[in-house]
Amino acid sequence: MDFTLNEEQQMFGQMFGDFMAKEVAPRAEAIDAEGETPSELLEQAAMQGFLGAILPEDYMGAALDMTSYTLLAEAWGRADLSSATVFHAHMMTAMAILAHGTEDQKATYLEAMAMGEKLGAFALTEPAAGSDPAGMLTEAKPDGSDYLLNGVKSWVTNAGRAGTYVVFARAPEGVTGFIVDADTPGLKVGGREKTLGLRGAEIRALYLDHARVPAANVLGKVGHGLRVALSTMDFAHLSLAALTLGGAEQALDLGVQFASERKQFGVLIAKKQAIQNYLADAKLKIEALRHLIEHASWLAVQGKPYSFEATMAKLYGGQAIYETANTMIQVHGGYGYIVDYPISRLYRDARAMSIIGGSAEIQRVLVARHVLAEAGIEVKP
Amino acid sequence: MDFTFPREMEKFRKLVREFGEEVVRPAAKAADEKHEVDMDVIRQAAAIGLLGVPFPQKYGGVGAGETGYCILMEELGKVCTSTATTIGAHIGIGAMSIYLDGTEAQKQKYLVPLARGEKLGAFALTEPNAGSDAASIKTKAVRDGDAYLLNGSKIYITNGPLADVISVLAVTDPTLGAHGGVTAFIGEKQFGIQVGTVEKKMGIRGSATSELIFEDVRIPAENVLGPVGLGFITFMKTLDTGRLTLGAATLGGAEEALRIAIDYARVREAFGKPIAHKQSIQFMIADMAAEVEALRSLVYRTAWMVEQGMPYTKEAGMCKLLGSQTASRNIHRALQILGALGYSRDFPVERMFRDARIAEIFEGTNEIQRIVIASQLFKEVGIRIRP
Repeated sequence: MDFTLNEEQQMFGQMFGDFMAKEVAPRAEAIDAEGETPSELLEQAAMQGFLGAILPEDYMGAALDMTSYTLLAEAWGRADLSSATVFHAHMMTAMAILAHGTEDQKATYLEAMAMGEKLGAFALTEPAAGSDPAGMLTEAKPDGSDYLLNGVKSWVTNAGRAGTYVVFARAPEGVTGFIVDADTPGLKVGGREKTLGLRGAEIRALYLDHARVPAANVLGKVGHGLRVALSTMDFAHLSLAALTLGGAEQALDLGVQFASERKQFGVLIAKKQAIQNYLADAKLKIEALRHLIEHASWLAVQGKPYSFEATMAKLYGGQAIYETANTMIQVHGGYGYIVDYPISRLYRDARAMSIIGGSAEIQRVLVARHVLAEAGIEVKP
Repeated sequence: MDFTFPREMEKFRKLVREFGEEVVRPAAKAADEKHEVDMDVIRQAAAIGLLGVPFPQKYGGVGAGETGYCILMEELGKVCTSTATTIGAHIGIGAMSIYLDGTEAQKQKYLVPLARGEKLGAFALTEPNAGSDAASIKTKAVRDGDAYLLNGSKIYITNGPLADVISVLAVTDPTLGAHGGVTAFIGEKQFGIQVGTVEKKMGIRGSATSELIFEDVRIPAENVLGPVGLGFITFMKTLDTGRLTLGAATLGGAEEALRIAIDYARVREAFGKPIAHKQSIQFMIADMAAEVEALRSLVYRTAWMVEQGMPYTKEAGMCKLLGSQTASRNIHRALQILGALGYSRDFPVERMFRDARIAEIFEGTNEIQRIVIASQLFKEVGIRIRP
């Protein structure tokens, strides 16, 4: 057992934290208020190599190991969850292509994604198929050497901004993944979704109206799209969990800071047990979450399966960040409800984390399925 | 024991519900988006007497008592938390402080126009350094002939920018502290009370919250509310009724969340059938319903205690504590059941989620409610608790 990060990971962690504190955190309020992650921030991130963080050097990636990647996602989440979600959606799209793409596809798309020339977006959900992606209606009809895609994808993060979409649609052989260029005729984006939080992430519907996609852009095997989607989810769960860890840490920091300055009844409220209980419970959740993430990422670095661990980390992270932000608002009292204090933004952002990337309910099903599989019982949602 | 409402209360509920559905609900989204009180809604509420529901008819009220007032808040809480907040601050703490401790002359002069909705009320207690610790207020009132001069600043005052009549608490004798040295006054905006920063809030954006600044504001001595030096008692007593009716408003929010969750779960399909068939959803909805019923019983039993003239400080604290938690939890669950649609600003759950959070903070944070409840419990066994 060794719970220390290696030297390189420590150095990366420090560097990510410094960059995010300097370049991202000061912009978080404006990102939320203006509802946009500035392009120059993404350009800066690309220059640092963050947009290709986990891609191999062959594709101009930074070739971070999974643990270092989670440190990056954590640092970004701590600074600002909106732009961190933009980053996350981009990275999971690149991961899908890295894991399932042909050599040609990887050469064509990944370098541009790593360099920040093309942002990625992952289009799986549909209006009537959220937790149940197998129920998707979007069709992919073979037409010569192409496919014609028809249907609607919803809640697509980075839609409208992305250069490269991974889109899932139902081909005659079953659900299939496609790499779709943003300028594909027949691909249109809907209006911006207005959301409770994560307002700096561009979330839109994607309309596919006879969108012509070459068969060469099929991602993975025809009919194996759900496998492509689900395997990408392992990474996505871990990545989102790291975001929630950062956000929860930031919430606790804000609470500690407020409790260390605010006096009532003649003493700092930090000296009151009710406040101490909130801080202690938050810290407990944060450290438990950190260990879930470190364990999952360690498995990934070892090349072992980490699906179950990543799912637990995401499920727990969604709860931990929400509960922490919620109690830290309580520590702030009335100040926590005023938009001038960052904790109220964090609270709105945090609420998304039990919904996006698979709802908490679906993650419980996945965890239960794993637990029951050990008892020889097969579970379907 | 009789758990049914009298017929006139049922009729009153019907009236308020119709008003809520026809007037308040359609205006809620825009008020939230504009971050503005819809004064047209408030005027229409005044026109049918809703701004004076609990007060006797001789003071311009409807005479529906505490139960009627809880019904009003419950129904408003279902459709628009902001409107419930504006009307709640006006009736439940602003006008209520005058009703509880005002002289007959003060009631005629101030309560009557407030109850009729000709004027809007507010209640100014909190200060930058006196939130949960309300006893350490710094706003000063110094006697000057037949008046008092008030200096200081009050923050987070609901209706601050709109109110005409403002109950305000100030220190009259710093040597005596909260018990003996603090006095309540009935202030009028036109005495020179200035509106400071208007807060931008996460929720209840259709209500107005602001700072109120007192710079040599002259309040006639006849506007002292209750005995000089005993203003803290007047204010705390007022907050007791405020907490009960806030509990009623949160009951409305919690019920609305349950209704929305059921409506959605019966039509949304996943894995081939409505999600109502999934136990994860069923259990959330069952817990929501159980907590709503517990809250309903607590709120209306406490209203009954008020009408019986029984002490109800502890129960009012419980209404506020349990109510704010229940509403927040239920809306949290409804949002979860709606998934991404719950997170979208195109659907009301998103607004309800932001709105609900304040109830755990204002009118005394939930931490203060727990202290109030514990103090009462320990008082019963002879132990005095201080925060």
